[in-house]
Amino acid sequence: MMFQRLLVTLVGGAVLAASAGSALAQDSKVADELAKYRDALADGNPADLLEVKGEGLWSEKRGPKNASLEQCDLGLGPGKLEGAYAQLPKYFKDTNKVMDVESRLVHCMVTLQGFTQADVTKQWYSKPGKESDIEALVTFIGAKSNGMPINVPATHPEEAKMARMGEYIFYRRSGPQDFSCSICHGQEGKRIRLQDLGNLTTKEGAGFAMKTWPSYRVSQGAVWTMQRRLIDCMRQARWPEPNYLADSIVALETYLQKTATGTVMDTPGIER
Amino acid sequence: MGNPMKIRAANKDGVTEVKVLVSHEMETGQRKDSAGAIVPAWFITELIAKHNDKVVLASEFGPSVSKNPYLAFKFKGGAKGDKIVVSWKDNKGDTRTDEAAIG
Amino acid sequence: MNNQRRNVLKTGSGAALMGILAAAGIIKPGMALADWNKAAFDAKSMADTLKALGAASPADSKDVQVTGPDIAENGAVVPVGVSSTLPNVTMVAILIEKNPNALAASFVLPEGTEANVQTRVKMGQTSNVYALVKSDGKFFMATKEIKVTLGGCGG
Repeated sequence: MMFQRLLVTLVGGAVLAASAGSALAQDSKVADELAKYRDALADGNPADLLEVKGEGLWSEKRGPKNASLEQCDLGLGPGKLEGAYAQLPKYFKDTNKVMDVESRLVHCMVTLQGFTQADVTKQWYSKPGKESDIEALVTFIGAKSNGMPINVPATHPEEAKMARMGEYIFYRRSGPQDFSCSICHGQEGKRIRLQDLGNLTTKEGAGFAMKTWPSYRVSQGAVWTMQRRLIDCMRQARWPEPNYLADSIVALETYLQKTATGTVMDTPGIER
Repeated sequence: MGNPMKIRAANKDGVTEVKVLVSHEMETGQRKDSAGAIVPAWFITELIAKHNDKVVLASEFGPSVSKNPYLAFKFKGGAKGDKIVVSWKDNKGDTRTDEAAIG
Repeated sequence: MNNQRRNVLKTGSGAALMGILAAAGIIKPGMALADWNKAAFDAKSMADTLKALGAASPADSKDVQVTGPDIAENGAVVPVGVSSTLPNVTMVAILIEKNPNALAASFVLPEGTEANVQTRVKMGQTSNVYALVKSDGKFFMATKEIKVTLGGCGG
């Protein structure tokens, strides 16, 4: 960690040391090289391994009820996976709730397979040596929306309410640093170290951010779901971390997916 | 046994390009867990790719090969439909073999 | 530890792998490949690693290339490779000077396999990356510096 910080300082220092005129050129050269780095990783995305695993888990008979997930309704009807991820979160009559892909998946694992919610969510994300079924299943489900546009108009009153809640959370300053999502992600041209920060208030910015998830994170050596991404954003903003599947996270997702609506999905992605 | 590998093999102008993605932790033996204890080394040591029954690549890995190892290489003499078989073995003696057809 | 591993090699699948290689005419009895080259992978410095690979003083060659980006966003996954236009290349290896152990991977290339292998390695810090190639029984080498950085929030 230390040396990585130091290196950032060194690379950053080199950029600063250059004259004002060439600093921009240096900057874009660094950006070009990083783009080359990401391109080299895109072919052979380790997330592809999880997608294959998730496909197996989807059709495997498991749990106390010895059932597969093939009858799981992700919003388009039982077993209909194509495009399902791209139209979530949405309102579900049977639970009277707006649910994202992960809360709906957990609902299916509980109702169809007979697992307890606690069992299913115990390993909601992977740790070195401990794999997560949810990660694999969400990677598989996400890939089934690849090439399809995100479509969360949030027209149902419950969905509209969630989108408004998400927007409120996005702008709300809170925590010991008096921080909000919008401080970093509410304007164009923001950057932290070498990382460009997207403006999530525009269709373009939100679309760019949402279309590649679930995504393999190079720095973590793991696929992250959108739940994990957003919960970790809160941690980084020094807010109390919400529970997995919390309404606040589903609300943020609804707001971001609504803003991103129309953007074509490109998942699993590969991110920093 | 680990999870399945992802093997892609495609013919172009008489050359077969093989791309292999392996599911493996590749622990270096230098990382500490949250309790401060060293996480023991656990990594693939050998990986062999065969075209039908002929070895086309024999690899030896150290622990500094990345988690979920990736490998791409090219060989001559492959035909559409031929089998590519990839086997690995790790330092705990675990092994796995997967195959794919040249497309 | 090592003794245990060797036992596994002798009794378990190692024997099968050796059999495969022997049958294919890739290895002869006593050749290093069948037994993972512990000396080379345990060596720390470039010089010791090269010695353990039997390549004490390789010549620099313009016909050997290290492929990879100038800057890697994360040292845990750095795409690197070796390619060469030299004739009869039978072995290539990737070495990272500033890693705790320099040798990352080595590859035996039977006839018909091109001298072009790509993989991904971990790098502890910015370092020279070396491509070692054995052509017509002689060793050649090339190098490229890859900077390692980490951008954005968190780790």
